[in-house]
Parts: sequence; structure tokens; C-alpha cells
Amino acid sequence: MLRRLAPVAAALALLIPAAAACGSGDDDTAGGGDAGGRTITYWASNQGPSLEKDKEILQPEIDRFTRETGIKVDVEVIGWPDLLNRILAAATSGEGPDVLNIGNTWSPSLQATGAFMPWDEKAFEAIGGKDRFLAGSLSATGAQGKDPVAVPLYSLAYGLYYNKKMFAEAGITAPPTTWEELVAAGKKLTRDGKWGLALEGGNISENAHHAFVLGQQYGGEAFDAAGKAQFDAPGNVAGIKRYLDLMAVDKIVNPSNAEYAANQSLSDFANGKAGMLLWQAAASGLASQGMTEDEYGLAPVPFPASPPAGGKKINSMVAGINLAVFEATEHKDAALSFVRFMTADRTQINLNKTYGSLPSVQSAYSDPAFRTASVKTFQEILANTAAPMPAVPEESQYETLVGTAMKALFADIAGGRTVGEAEVRSRLADATKQVRAGG
Amino acid sequence: MTEPRWLRITRPIVLGLLATFTLVPIYVMLTSALKPLKDVQAGFRWWPSELTVQPFLDIWDTVPLGRYFLNSLAVSGAAALLSVTVAIFAAYAVSRFRFRGRGTFSITVLSTQMFPGILFLLPLFLIYVNVGKLTGLDLYGTRTGLILTYLTFSLPFSIWMLVGYFDSIPRGLDEAAAVDGCGPLRTLLQVVLPTALPGVVAVTVYAFMTAWGEVLFASVLTSESSRTLAVGLQGYSTQNEVYWNQVMAASLVVSIPVVAGFLLLQRQFVAGLTAGAVK
Amino acid sequence: MATVTTPPDVTPPPAGRPATAPKPRRVGGTRFRLTPYLLLIPALVLELAVHVLPILAGIWMSTRGLTQFFVRNWSEAPFVGLGNYRIVLDLDGPAGRDLLHSLVVTTFYTVLSVGLAWLLGMTAAVLLQKDFRGRGLLRTLFLTPYALPAYAAIITWTFLLQRDTGLLNHVLVDQLGVTQDRPFWLIGGNSFWSLVVVSVWRTWPFALLCLTAGLQTVPGELYEAASIDGAGFWRQLRSITLPMLRPVNQVLILVLFLWTFNDFNTPYVLFGRSAPYEADLISVHIYQASFTTWNFGLGSAMSVLLLAFLLVVTGTYLVLTRRWRSDD
Repeated sequence: MLRRLAPVAAALALLIPAAAACGSGDDDTAGGGDAGGRTITYWASNQGPSLEKDKEILQPEIDRFTRETGIKVDVEVIGWPDLLNRILAAATSGEGPDVLNIGNTWSPSLQATGAFMPWDEKAFEAIGGKDRFLAGSLSATGAQGKDPVAVPLYSLAYGLYYNKKMFAEAGITAPPTTWEELVAAGKKLTRDGKWGLALEGGNISENAHHAFVLGQQYGGEAFDAAGKAQFDAPGNVAGIKRYLDLMAVDKIVNPSNAEYAANQSLSDFANGKAGMLLWQAAASGLASQGMTEDEYGLAPVPFPASPPAGGKKINSMVAGINLAVFEATEHKDAALSFVRFMTADRTQINLNKTYGSLPSVQSAYSDPAFRTASVKTFQEILANTAAPMPAVPEESQYETLVGTAMKALFADIAGGRTVGEAEVRSRLADATKQVRAGG
Repeated sequence: MTEPRWLRITRPIVLGLLATFTLVPIYVMLTSALKPLKDVQAGFRWWPSELTVQPFLDIWDTVPLGRYFLNSLAVSGAAALLSVTVAIFAAYAVSRFRFRGRGTFSITVLSTQMFPGILFLLPLFLIYVNVGKLTGLDLYGTRTGLILTYLTFSLPFSIWMLVGYFDSIPRGLDEAAAVDGCGPLRTLLQVVLPTALPGVVAVTVYAFMTAWGEVLFASVLTSESSRTLAVGLQGYSTQNEVYWNQVMAASLVVSIPVVAGFLLLQRQFVAGLTAGAVK
Repeated sequence: MATVTTPPDVTPPPAGRPATAPKPRRVGGTRFRLTPYLLLIPALVLELAVHVLPILAGIWMSTRGLTQFFVRNWSEAPFVGLGNYRIVLDLDGPAGRDLLHSLVVTTFYTVLSVGLAWLLGMTAAVLLQKDFRGRGLLRTLFLTPYALPAYAAIITWTFLLQRDTGLLNHVLVDQLGVTQDRPFWLIGGNSFWSLVVVSVWRTWPFALLCLTAGLQTVPGELYEAASIDGAGFWRQLRSITLPMLRPVNQVLILVLFLWTFNDFNTPYVLFGRSAPYEADLISVHIYQASFTTWNFGLGSAMSVLLLAFLLVVTGTYLVLTRRWRSDD
């Protein structure tokens, strides 16, 4: 019997070295980075023109950190399409980086997982205190009344970019401050294959941001006081309709914008195909496409000329990137000193300057780079007229469902169908029901 | 066989249309990869305003394409070799032995083909993570985990194809070998396998291609260091813009090895299918 | 053994023969009993570990209220029984309605795509049956899309379907002047057709491959005999080619059906993480339900229903076509 089986065993044994051989090839890739507690892992988000460029930008800072503290940092830059999945994987497995970037609108959702270290007084002390940060940016770090889940790293806000030359040619002397003025300006600009405004109709998150801001302006709230979804409240419908009407009724947006989801609107603006753009810190993006800073102006996002009852003076969401510490980290002290380093003045100045975003700490603004007119505009928006996206765990569902509904509505408009208040309301009502059913 | 006249006329027309349909995207890929960025941002043009190889140089800096390439090569290669080895044993058993559970085995294995990937992606991820925790064998985020996953993806179809192939090899050969005193393993290795070589090649190519192009599982199960090409390509759409010319150049670079390999082994592939799938 | 140095000529088995059971191996009585099982172990273990086990876990997940609150500790997610199923099967609610819509869209997509892929594959296979100059080249060309990695191929389609910068509208609007308005291909109703075309482009070469292989087993004498009997092209196609290809077709169509139905790559690369309503295929629908909103209980319930649906369809198909080896 044994003799007969020997060849079988031999054949099966053939498999094992093969498996082992490929296993051994993995040694260098098996992450974890656990070399004596002096190496931490950092997941950075994609802020620059490419993943590789991001690494080049971050590396000098990280080298400085290593020189100062002796702590080594493994940086991995993760693209946006991947980041949330990777965070999910980390939260689920308890095996993740020590420190990571998160989109600040994810804060409440990620807070709910409990996978990230809450920033209590003591933790804030370790990085120099809570008061150093911009109040506006701090408001987008988690649910109210709870310890923040992250600290602000890069701050951003929406602004209205306009092409100076196109404005002058159309005889527009000042940037619009109301939607009515924006439409009027847009109509003057829309001619000869050029358009008034470019927008990302197929980009879910961006749609949701505008839905939120315009909803606020028209007196809407996405969630009621008890945290229940009400996306179809009248103010939200009116706000979203205002935004959609830029394409549907006012016709100052090229219908092709309905399929834009990969920042084509930025290219259109940079190439002079559209005269205006609503964007967060577009400077570096525009520069990389050959538009220089003196060619465009920046103004706050408009308000309605006569705001309805309950309308708020909000013209941007608090945008930005937060820095979180993984709860399961084995190197909490090292992680905290890294956060301290990343939020220190010098690092903040260097990185925000390169990325074209705003520092998240007050003291960094003393640097001349942040005394320009456009930085001041953004700074004022963040300080006075920006509001954080709803701080409820269902925020990600809100973004997905409302953003998707708007994408579909834009597609309808571009396809020549009428999109009135009823159509907007019915889509939003469906989205509301879906959150309520699933929640 | 004489052909009717209409067939002689229609044949080139229909084949020409099919060729056009096939070629257009390939043409777009080739020419766009040679265009400067401004060409791909403006309206479509058939020919680049100026021919440039810049996209082919830029792709290596925009994302770490070289590393992704090595990962893909290692993962797909290992997955294909392991898959075909395992499949040979299983197919041999199914083809040459009659045993209890034989039909059940065939049906079970083939039915895994209908499992929606989306259903077992997350549980699989959980299992990998927990295996890592319990045994220290890192499956999540490593090439090993991906190899394991991919080899099972191609396994059902490979087994099934090889069963067909083995069935077509006359059993007289086996029996002759048995009379010579060969055990089943030696019979497999020395008699059946050499005859079944085209089938084995076909299955290997199939398994390699399956692994090379997979996106969904790779996007969840890999980390930066084990990332494969298919997922890495997404890196060309970034914060600021889509570098269409680079996307096309990278797609081309990614495609060349598999397309070349496949086309070279095409004959064996067809031969393998002929005897295997087509019993 | 050494006598068998070159593989003997293996004449392909007569095509269309019923799948006969191999002769039972009785040599040596019981001593070989264990061998087949040992040979099967690696395949069995792998399939169990990577497919069956996760599916069971998925079924378990579908009975849990598994939201972002519990991703850190799965086992603590509350048991909701059939609650998730109730939500996704409630056709009055938006979740159930959307799922049904998605299922209908996917079914249409699959039927169209598989049908067209088969038709093109069959046409090309028959037209390439006779040797002529350039045949090899054409065959190679036709097979290329099958070899292209999914992402690379589909992203190219995405590029050429762009409304303002794509090739398709350039040809239709600028060069041929078929319409004045530039149509959209990636949003709205047309997106469904884009999906079908891209899918057919990617899968028909596989049909061609299998059918070419199948045709090679059809003995040429059959055609000669038929010609002598005066049977024309269509007659030969109907009474020789198609019947001979029956076994291939039965498997080919099933495989294409399953691949197309579960296809994730095409819609995901074409449309990104939210597909247009008109092209809302089930795999992306479920992906969005579970991965972008982190409600894995609900997503799993949908997947389980999908699996059940596929099981029923496949089972029915197999019963109707009776391809299974009846021995066991």
C-alpha cells in the first residue's frame, strides 16, 4: 500500500516547494513595519499631481522628522479610489497604519467604527493644544459633543474662480456675489463654443458638497435634529434645483459637464472653455495645466440675492484632509509625535504651500506665502461662512445617494428631459427612504 | 465544396466590419499613447498633432509601474503554474477513476464559477485577515494571498477543460503502462501529460490571463507593495486631471506581454480547446 | 514505459458522441481506491477555502445588521434574522425597487450581450472555416481583445466614448454629420448600449475561439457528402455545423452567461463607482450598496439572492440541456 502511494506523495510534495518558493518571494512585501517600535506606517492621501510626486513632496519632510526624533516612517501614498477600501480593511482587521489621512467628511462615519483614537484633551496636549487649529477646520473632525476622531491637516474651502480675460472681454467688471449675478455673467460668457461655468456633474462627492451648501442657503437641513434623514426637505430641493438650473434653465453650463467626473471641468476652465469654476484650491491644478495665477481671479461662492426664510449665510463646506491615529497602533507615542510634527508650523507651511491648500493651524499664516489675496479669501470663508458636512454616521450614505441622484438628474437634463421641482423631490425622497430603511 | 457567389462576396465584407470593430479601440490606444496631453484634452483627432514618446517615459514616474509589473508577473505566473498543477491532478482523477462523489465533485467545482465575486470578496478578506492573525501567515496584502485567490479562479474551468482533454486520450495507453508496472502517477506523468501538452498549455495561458487582468479582488486584497498592474493603472486618474495619453501608454505596456504570449500560444490554445472543451 | 517516447497520434474523438463514462478502473482491486481522493485533495481544499467558506460566511453576514458600527468587531453585529432580506425584497421600498430594476437591466444586458457575442463568434468561425490568404492574421486580430487585460481595454472604450473628446462623436457628429447634438454615451439611456457593445467586444473572441475549436472536430467528409447530395450553405449549416457544435454551444453559452451576468469590470471601469440608472448592473449595484455605504449586511443579502437566482437559472439550463455526466 505504502509503496503504491509513494508516487502520489512525491507528486504532492512537488507542489510544496513551488508554494514555498512563491511564499518566500513575499518576504520583502509583508508589511507591518514593526522594527523595534521605531518605525511607523503612514498612509498619505493623493494631494499632488500623482502618487509618485506626492511621495517626492513628502519625503524631505519625513526625513526631517526622522532626523529630529529617530523614528522612521514608511509612507504609502494611496489614491482616492482606494483609500476608503483600505481604511475599511484596516478597521476590520485591526491591522493598519499607525497614522493616516482621511477625507474630513468621512470623520463622523469613521468615528462610528471606533477604529481610530479619539482626541481627548491629553492627546491634544501632546501635539501642542487644540487652540492652535482653525476653529472652522476643527468643526469637521467628528460628531458634536464627542472627542474628535482626527485633527485637521490640510484645510480647504470652495471658491469661485473666474477667468479675468474672458470677464473683461464680456464687459463684466466685478465677480458675481449672488447666483442671479452669476447667471447674468454666465450668459454673457456663453458664446462661440465657450461656456459660463464648468462643473463636475458626474462626480458624486462634488455634487453632494454643492447640494449641502445650496441646501443651507435655501434653509434646508439634510438631517433633522434627531439625526433622521430628510434629503427631500423643501430647502434642500430648492437648493439642488438652483444648482441644476445652471445647466437646465440658465444654460450657462455645457451639457457635456453632466458626464464629467474626473476633473475635466478644471481642464475646461484652464483651457478657457469655461469662464467660471467652483473649486477647492485649484491653484496647483491650474498651474499644472498651464494657467498662471494672474490669469484668474478668486471670489467667494455666491449667495441667493434674496435668501428664503431659514436660509443661512453659508457658501462652502469645510473641506480638507484630517490626520487620524489608528486605535490599534502599537506605537501611540511615536504616532503622536508624528502628528505633532505634521501639524507644526514649519511642516504646515511647507506642505500647504506645495499643495496649494491652507494651513490648519493659525500660526502658520504668518508666512508670506499665506498672505496673498486668494489665501485671505479662503481664510475668511473658512472662518465665517463655511459649515461642516452633516456630522452623522450616515454622512457617507448622504454623499453617495444624493450625489448619485444629482448625477442622474444632470444626465436627464443633458438628455433633453425636463427636470423640475417634482423630479428633484422624487429622487431625493427615494434617497431618504433608502437611508431610513438601511439605517 | 463549392461556395455560392454571395458567400464569396459577403465574406470579405463581414470580416472587414468585424476587423474594424476590433481594431478601432486598439487604434485609439496606440495613437493616443503617442499624443501630447493637449491633444487628448481637446476634441478627438485621428493622428497626433506631433508624435511624442513622452507618455511612455512619464508613465513610470506617475505611478510605480515597474513594481506593479513585477508583482503582476510574480502573481500571475505563480497562480498559473499552481493552478495548472492542481488542475492536472484533479482532472486526472475525474477522467481516469470512478469513485464515489465523482459527479458531486465536478458539479461543485464548476458551480463555483457562478458565485458572484462581490458576495465572497468581503468574507474572503476577513478570512485572510484572521488566518494572518492566527497563524502568522500573511495572506491579506501580500502576493501569496492574491496567488491563492487567483489560482482558484481559474481552477474550475481548467479542471473541466483538462478532463475533456484526458478523456480524449485513449485508455489503451494507460492500460499498456499499467501492464508495464506503472503506478497511476507515473502513468499520468509519462503517458498522459505528454500527450495532453496542448491542453496544459491552453489552461496555463488561460489561468495567467485571468490573474493578469483581475481588478476587483486585487483592489481590496493588495497593499501598495503587492499592488498589481490592473489596479495600478487607476493611478493615472488623479486629483487634478486624467492623463489620457499616459493611461493609453500604460494600458499598452500592460497589454503587450499577455497579448504577445497569448497570440504566440494561440495555436496550442485552440488545439487544447478542441480536444478539451469540445468533446 | 520507455517504449512510448513520442505521443501517439491522437485522433480527435468523433464529435457529438455522447459523453461516455470512462471505464471503471478495476486493476488491482481496492488498492487504488484512495488515489483519486488524494489527487483531488488540493483542488478540493482550495475551492473550499477560497469559494465555499467565504460564501457561507456571506450567508451568515446577510442575517446581521452589519454597518460601519460593527466593522471593527463583526461577531458583535446584531442578528436581524431576515430583516435585510425584507428590506431588499420590499418592492414598495426604494431599495427593493432598485434591486429589481438592476436585476432586469442585468438580465437584458446579459441576454443581448451573450446573444451578440455568440452570433459574431459563430459568423466569424464559419467564415474563417475555409482557408484563404490572411486567415491566420485575421484570426489573430479577432482574438486580441480577449487577451487584453480588462482594465486596459475598457478604459480605452471610456476614452473613445467621451462626449466632447471621444472618437465616436467625432465620427458621428463632426465627420458624418449624423446628428447635430453630440449624444452622451456614458450617461443616460445610451450608457446601456455602450455597456453591451463593450461587453460584446470583449467576449465575442472567446466565442470565436471555442467555436473554431469546435469546428475543427467536424470531419470535412460530412460537408463533402452533403455537397454531393446538393445541400447548400444554409442547409449544411443547419444540418451539419450546428448539430455538431451543440455540445460546445451548450457549455459556451452557460459560461458566457455566468461571466457576463457577474461582470464587474466593464461597468466599474466605464462608469466609476456609480453607474447610470439605465445601466445599473447588479454587481456594481451591490458593490455600491456595501462598499460605499459600508452596509455589508444589506449587501450580503442582495448577493445571496443573486446567487440563488443564478443557481435556479443554471440548474434549469442544465436540466434542459442535460449535459451532465450521469455516472456517479
